[in-house]
Amino acid sequence: MKKKTQLIETVVHGLFLCLGLITVACVLLITVYLIVSGLLAIKEIGLKEFILGTKWASTAAEPSFGILPFILTSIYGTAGAMLIGLPVGFFTAVYLAKAAPAAVKKVIINLVSLLAGIPSVVYGLVGMLVLVPGIRTFFGVPDGAGLLAAIIVLSVMILPSVINVSVTALEAVPKEYEDASLALGATPTETYFRVSVPAAKSGIAAAVALGVGRGIGEAMAVMMVAGNAADMPSLFASVRFLTTAVAAEMAYSGGLQRQALFSIALVLFFFIMLSNAALNFFLKGSKRG
Amino acid sequence: MNLEKRRVWGRRQAVAALLRGAMLLATACTCSLAVFIVFYVLAKGLPDITWGLVSTAPSHIKRTIGILPDILNTVYIIVAAVTAVLPIGAGAAVYLTEYAGNKKTVEVIEYVAETLAGIPSVIYGLVGMLVFSGTFGTSLLAGALTLAVMNLPTVMRTTQESLKTVPQSYREGAFGLGAGKWRVIRTVVLPGCSDGIITGCILAVGRMLGESAALLFTAGFAHVLNGFFDGLAGSGATLTVALYVYAKERGDFETAFAIAAILMGLTLSVNILSSAVGTFFKARREA
Repeated sequence: MKKKTQLIETVVHGLFLCLGLITVACVLLITVYLIVSGLLAIKEIGLKEFILGTKWASTAAEPSFGILPFILTSIYGTAGAMLIGLPVGFFTAVYLAKAAPAAVKKVIINLVSLLAGIPSVVYGLVGMLVLVPGIRTFFGVPDGAGLLAAIIVLSVMILPSVINVSVTALEAVPKEYEDASLALGATPTETYFRVSVPAAKSGIAAAVALGVGRGIGEAMAVMMVAGNAADMPSLFASVRFLTTAVAAEMAYSGGLQRQALFSIALVLFFFIMLSNAALNFFLKGSKRG
Repeated sequence: MNLEKRRVWGRRQAVAALLRGAMLLATACTCSLAVFIVFYVLAKGLPDITWGLVSTAPSHIKRTIGILPDILNTVYIIVAAVTAVLPIGAGAAVYLTEYAGNKKTVEVIEYVAETLAGIPSVIYGLVGMLVFSGTFGTSLLAGALTLAVMNLPTVMRTTQESLKTVPQSYREGAFGLGAGKWRVIRTVVLPGCSDGIITGCILAVGRMLGESAALLFTAGFAHVLNGFFDGLAGSGATLTVALYVYAKERGDFETAFAIAAILMGLTLSVNILSSAVGTFFKARREA
């Protein structure tokens, strides 16, 4: 009897361990797959030509695989989105965490989580029909689909992540700090920005890292508004991001072209790992601080 | 001196007013964006939702467009993905909080889950295409498994959080009565953390509803009416993928907005449901 119970315990323990290890297996699988299939094309094309080449013509008679345009587009696009989205998100977060009355805060938090839940294709659709024609008439360019449209869509899409993480960080600031500052004669607004914000800076940095990760990784919304021409980026020109470069050609690719798409995914993965590492670093810092 | 003091105070007032203005402006921006997107999509989409659209399959002969297959595909893929992710995610969380004695193992698995949460959906789509579509063909099943992997961290994290709220004394009481570890988990711990598992599921369903990039190359584009099991074996577009195809490839914005309005309604309901469930369980716990 006792032996049987012990056996069951061991089996169940092993089962739960396996379930836990599946997560690890998934990440290993994804990493190994990407590295193995990504390196094939890089080896064939040459790392320098691949990363620094400015011409992408995967289906030409003499194909050329340079992904510098995609890398730069992803960096510019994400940086631009942060430039617009970060101040808006930051100030909204400070207001929500510190200044807003409870009822207002509840409503706005709900609106923000609604923004977070809207599917990226819906953002893309609204961008296609509102933003793209808007940019065309406002700036008088022949086609509104391009880097600027993508930057604006991305800046809206990263808002919820930036706001949520910053609000959590700001709310975790000990009340004593703020009370001390108020008692010394600082106004409430001065207290928020000169005491609470510096105290929550790790968490806010984590929000930035998360926003960057979201921005670099977004594919569908960007694909619908960026135009997808494989040229070097400029603000009003049609551009292709790392994510959309993978998605745009995957359906009909083969041979070296397909392997090159895996290499692009590997480069994208590398960027994501960088932003993840930054995120973890800052989160650890905010737990300690 | 008095004049100097007043000048400093005036400057402080001005800076504070500026910052307060920035906060209000930014908040107004965020809110009006959310309200605008919701109303714009609903206003453009709702008039195009007809009974014919949601109850038929697209027909080339009658030249009509229907999205019933896409709706069913979405339901199938979510059911299959949740079925797959629930035991794995909840099981992993149980291992981490109840069994793992080794702190290093816990750290590794938690770190890995965080990494998994940060990987963009295009990469999931790519690897899902190689691994799952390579095994099962381009099918809803391959898409569902990809979604399951993507949502593993969500389910795991929420289950873990709620496992931590089950009081240690409950476990000790059960052990003291002579129950084995498995029995304690089955009869005391799991029922106590059902709220976390349910919340995790709702969150995961919300993310699955909105996912598209990971499904393009794993689940495919077909608009065929099928039963559950035939549906899983065959290729099929979910609502999000169908929206992309109608908007970007066919330029049919009426159908696209109708789908967008449906998706918006579903997103709203998932949000309302998750906050309602949260309040319900919180009230029950405090009672």
